Order: sequence, then C-alpha cells, then structure tokens
Amino acid sequence: MTETARPIIQIQNVSKRFGKVTAVDNVTLDINAGEFFVLLGPSGCGKTTLLRMIAGFELPSEGQILIDGQDMAGIPPNKRPVNMVFQSYAVFPHMSVADNVAYGLKIAGVKGGEIKDRVAEALELVKLGGFETRMPDQMSGGQRQRVALARSLVMRPKVLLLDEPLSALDAKLRAQMQFELSDLQEKVGITFVTVTHDQDEALSMACRIGVINKGEVAQLATPSDLYEYPANRFVADFVGSVNIFEGKLTLDDPDKAAVDCPGLGKVYLNHGVTGPHGADVWIALRPEKIYLHVPGEGKAVKAAAQDAPDGFNFARGKIKGMSYLGDITLFEIELESGACLRVSRPNLSRHDQDDFTWGDKVSMHWRADSPVVLLG
Amino acid sequence: MAEQDWKTNKGVFAAVSLPTLFWIILFFLVPMAIVWLYSFGENKGLTEIDISGTLDNYKRATEWLYLTIFGKSFAVAALVTLICLIVGFPVAMAITFASEKWRPWLLLGIMLPFWTNLLIRTYALMMLLGTQGFANKGLGALWEGTSWIKTLVGLQPLPTWEPVQLLFNNFAVVFGLVYVHLPFMVLPLYAALDRLDRSLIEASLDLGAGHFRTIMRIVVPLAAPGIVAGVMITLIPALGAYLTPDLMGGTDSQMIANVIERQFKKANDWPFGAALSFLLIYAMFALIAIQSMRKKVPEVG
Repeated sequence: MTETARPIIQIQNVSKRFGKVTAVDNVTLDINAGEFFVLLGPSGCGKTTLLRMIAGFELPSEGQILIDGQDMAGIPPNKRPVNMVFQSYAVFPHMSVADNVAYGLKIAGVKGGEIKDRVAEALELVKLGGFETRMPDQMSGGQRQRVALARSLVMRPKVLLLDEPLSALDAKLRAQMQFELSDLQEKVGITFVTVTHDQDEALSMACRIGVINKGEVAQLATPSDLYEYPANRFVADFVGSVNIFEGKLTLDDPDKAAVDCPGLGKVYLNHGVTGPHGADVWIALRPEKIYLHVPGEGKAVKAAAQDAPDGFNFARGKIKGMSYLGDITLFEIELESGACLRVSRPNLSRHDQDDFTWGDKVSMHWRADSPVVLLG
Repeated sequence: MAEQDWKTNKGVFAAVSLPTLFWIILFFLVPMAIVWLYSFGENKGLTEIDISGTLDNYKRATEWLYLTIFGKSFAVAALVTLICLIVGFPVAMAITFASEKWRPWLLLGIMLPFWTNLLIRTYALMMLLGTQGFANKGLGALWEGTSWIKTLVGLQPLPTWEPVQLLFNNFAVVFGLVYVHLPFMVLPLYAALDRLDRSLIEASLDLGAGHFRTIMRIVVPLAAPGIVAGVMITLIPALGAYLTPDLMGGTDSQMIANVIERQFKKANDWPFGAALSFLLIYAMFALIAIQSMRKKVPEVG
C-alpha cells in the first residue's frame, strides 16, 4: 500500500445483544481503505454479527459504525456503499449469470449498454467470461461463488464484505481461491473485509487480522505479528498450534528474562518482559520452534548453549505419540515432569521419520527468542 | 436393521397397501365408474336407468345455458383464487418472517377453521353478513356517528341508515368462498416461502433493491411452486363449491355444483347430472395436466 492509512470503516464502541446474549461487546476498530482485512474467530464469537452490522442487516445495540466518514445509523442495507458475498453465495437461482450480475446495476438505473460492458468486465475479472447465459444450477460451487463475487464487484462498492467465502469449497479449490481473492483485491483496490474461522485462510490473505473472541477484539495485528507475537493465550492457541505452560517470572532485565515453569523447567529469554517480578505468566512455544534431536544428548546440549547463552533452553522426554503428515512429522513428547510438549519436525530427507519411534528417549532445545511470554 | 424396500419386500408392501387399495377401488373408483356409465344412459321410469350409450346428455350439457353456468363457475372460482392469493401472500410472508416463538401460533390460527364444520362456519358468516348482522350493525353505528358529528358542527344530518344487502348475492358467494378457501392458499405459500434461502432476500437488499422490488423480483418468482400449488388447491375445490353458493348465494349466483345437485335430487335426471359431473371432472383434469406440464423452476441447494 502506497497511500497513507485512511479509515474507510470505523467501528466505535459497538455492542450487539440478542436478548440476554451479547454477541458483540464494545468493539472499536478501524479498517483502512484498500486493505484486505480479516475478522478471525471461532464460530459463535460474533464476527459474522459484526460483518452483518456493517452491511446493515443487524443494527448495533450501542455504538456507531461509520463508512467513509458517514454515520450508518438509520441507513438501510440497500443504501449503504458496501456489498456482501454471502456464505451460501445467494446467487439468484431463477436468473442467468448475466442477469445475476446485472441485478444491482439495473436497480441503480445504469443504462443498458453500460450494463452489458460492466457485466462482461466483471465476469472477465472472476474468470467467468462466456458463462453469461448459464443458469446457477448448471454451475459448480466454486463457479457460483465467482458469480456472487462478480455481482458484488460490479457495483464498485467502497467495501466488499465476504462472509466465510471459502468454507464451502474443497481444500484444493480453497487454496487456489485464497490466492485469487488476494490477487483480485490488489487488482480492484477495493477494501475487502472477510470473516473466517480458518486461520490459514486469514494468515494467507489478510493485510491485517482482527481476532475476535466472545464478542471482543482479542488482538489486531498483521498475520506475522499475530503468529509470532500473540497478545494473549487465546490468540496464541487459536492461531496456529502452540504449547502453553504456566510459570512465574523470576528474572526480568532489559536484555534477558527467565520464567520458571513447573511443567517445562526454567525458560530463558534474550529480551526483557516488563512484568512484575514473581508475576504469574504463561510461556507459549510453537511446535516448529523446538528442535528435536536424534537420540544422543551431546549435540542438543551444545546447540542449546549456543542458542540461549544465558541458560540452556533444553528439555528431555519420551516420545508418546507420532503422526507423520508428509512434509512434517508431529511428535507428542512426555517430559520428565509428566507434561506433554508438541514438537513438529520437517522431513528434510526421505528417511527422517525412521530415526524415531514410540518410547524413544529424546532431547530438545529452542532458541532464547522463541518462547513468547503472555501476561493474560 | 435392513432397509425396508418395497422392491425387496413385496409381501410387506402388499399387506400394507392392500386395504387402502381395496378402499379406493370399492368406494371411489367403482362409484365413479357407475356415475360415468350413467352419463351415457337414459331415464326409464322413476328409478330405472337404461345405459344405452347415448351422447344426448353430453349434447344437452354443452348447451349455451349450461356453458354459461360453467363459465360463471370458472369466473367465480378464478376471482376467489385471485383474492385468496392477494390476501394470502402477505399473510404467508408475515408467518414466515414472524419470530420462532410466534410462528406455530400463527399457523395454528390459520388451521383453526378446520376444527369447525364447514356448515357451521358458513352459518356463522351468514349471521355476520345478514341485514341484522354485526357487519351491518357496525356500518350502521358508523353512519349514525357520522350523522351525529355532522349535526354537531351544524350540518344537515345524513338520511336514515338502510342496511346493506350483503347476503344472497354474488358478493356473498365470493366472500364466503374466499373465507373458506384462504387457509388452503396460505399453507402451500407458507411452505414455499419457508424454504426460501433468506440470504437471497438479503442479497437483493444488499444490491440496492427496496423491499417491494425484492418481493416482486426474488420472493414471488422463487415462491412460484407454492403459488401454483396454492392456486390449484384453491381453484379446484372453489370450482366445485356447492354449500356456499347454495346457502349464501341468491337466485342468480348458482354455480355448476348446484345445478348438478338439482339434477340428482329435484329433477331426478341422474344421467344428465352424471354428464355435467364428468364435464366438470374433465375440466379439472385439464387444469392439473396444464399445471404438471409447466416448466419446472430450477432449485439450487
């Protein structure tokens, strides 16, 4: 993005209650013009409600939503400068592809010739050129989704809202559509706001992600920040796979820190934490950031000493479970404390998985900048 | 448990379906066949009918007098169906979009009339519409009230209230038939609207359409199967309506069923009545045939 961040959607202290249930709880967040924003969260966290409030299908119980600086209170969905791609696509089954795409333009009073050009252009954009006369029931799910995309994009909205756009596609098609959606967003330059529960989808497509938990924003960050610097246990656990251990902060200097975890032992860090001494904290350690060594401890101890000079980040355990996933193998390792540690190991050579078997005694180490200290 | 399939368990299928089949043959097909045979017969004496294979009954049934009654029956039934559709569609939509809590009660309200005998309902309606009925009393009170207000502001009072003739005319027949057949229209419409994917309506609104345009362009076309079902299920019984025109109609508002009844009873001309009956049945067959030949609206899951 070359332009400076200008908020196109401003959500200010928005809450939504359905009876006694609070679906969205005092959410404040800005979505910038031209960005691909993803609302990520488990099902029932309120992310779809938030999206539907932007579209105008639900009204906030409290707070206000501004689109391009204009307060949306009292403005019905058909008067808002946003368009939505529905989870079920909602392609009109009794209209041809061209009629579907032209529907909004006809209502907007666009002239016949221009409609034809813009419909053709929109269909070309979603790679459905030549499908004009097809009926929706003659198309696959993926194609219907493209119709829904074209139907919304043709309106040239300020913001395109997408509700779980890829959830109904199979895995291969989903991966392909992730790239295509990112491409498309770059090409048309429209702000995309997508709702998803799938972290891979969010990480691969988004400029920024808002993680929603129980109706509140748990963290707002870029994909890599979200993964590498989760703000709390919920985000660490929801985005990617993680080992979390409870511990006490026993050392906190500007350039190093240590956390004493009953389950994992002492964990050393090469940076400060800025938390009160003795505070209850949590250590989050990603499985891929743990090096698992082939039986024989010497190498592991040496590596650990190199990676964490102020104290070895080293652990011993027994292989309790293994699952071979092709590119990586996932290990579940029972530590001496009885706690379990999840470790992933890339299969760099074709025989890597043969080096380990159930019950093997193994050792591990990790770098001093790998663990994340979580205060909440 | 193994799948119960009529192809593999012919014995079970036969045992279950035989009583029904027997019932239909004995009490429906056989009597219908007898009536059909009568339509080719002649009256010989008071109770004897000679099935001679004559087509005279059909010739008489297609005379102008009877054709106009057929035509009028069609017109009344079509008008009743149209009114039911116009009134029933918003009702069905209201039920569909009512909250989960209210919907069963609203549906119950639609089905409540079925708990009371048609005859009793018709008499109740007649009490409502009679010259001394509630409708006239209400209108009278309004009239008197208006008159009183006019005198209050110093204007001439209205002339004395004359009750409106609401019964024993064509209006009463149409009103009564709409009253009786409305639930038949609402239920299939509700069934069709309930299946409609709500996000289609939201998509239409999202693309800039107002509510009215969304209903006309999205809801009505997609509810077409329900509309057709509702029209058929209203039109066919309305076409053969007997009780309502008999009780609520005037001398000029008899429908074809009343004419048929008269042939079987007062005129004691069973062969002619049978011929009229079968012309009506053929007309209904034609309607059903047209409906089933209609192009199916594609449904997308």
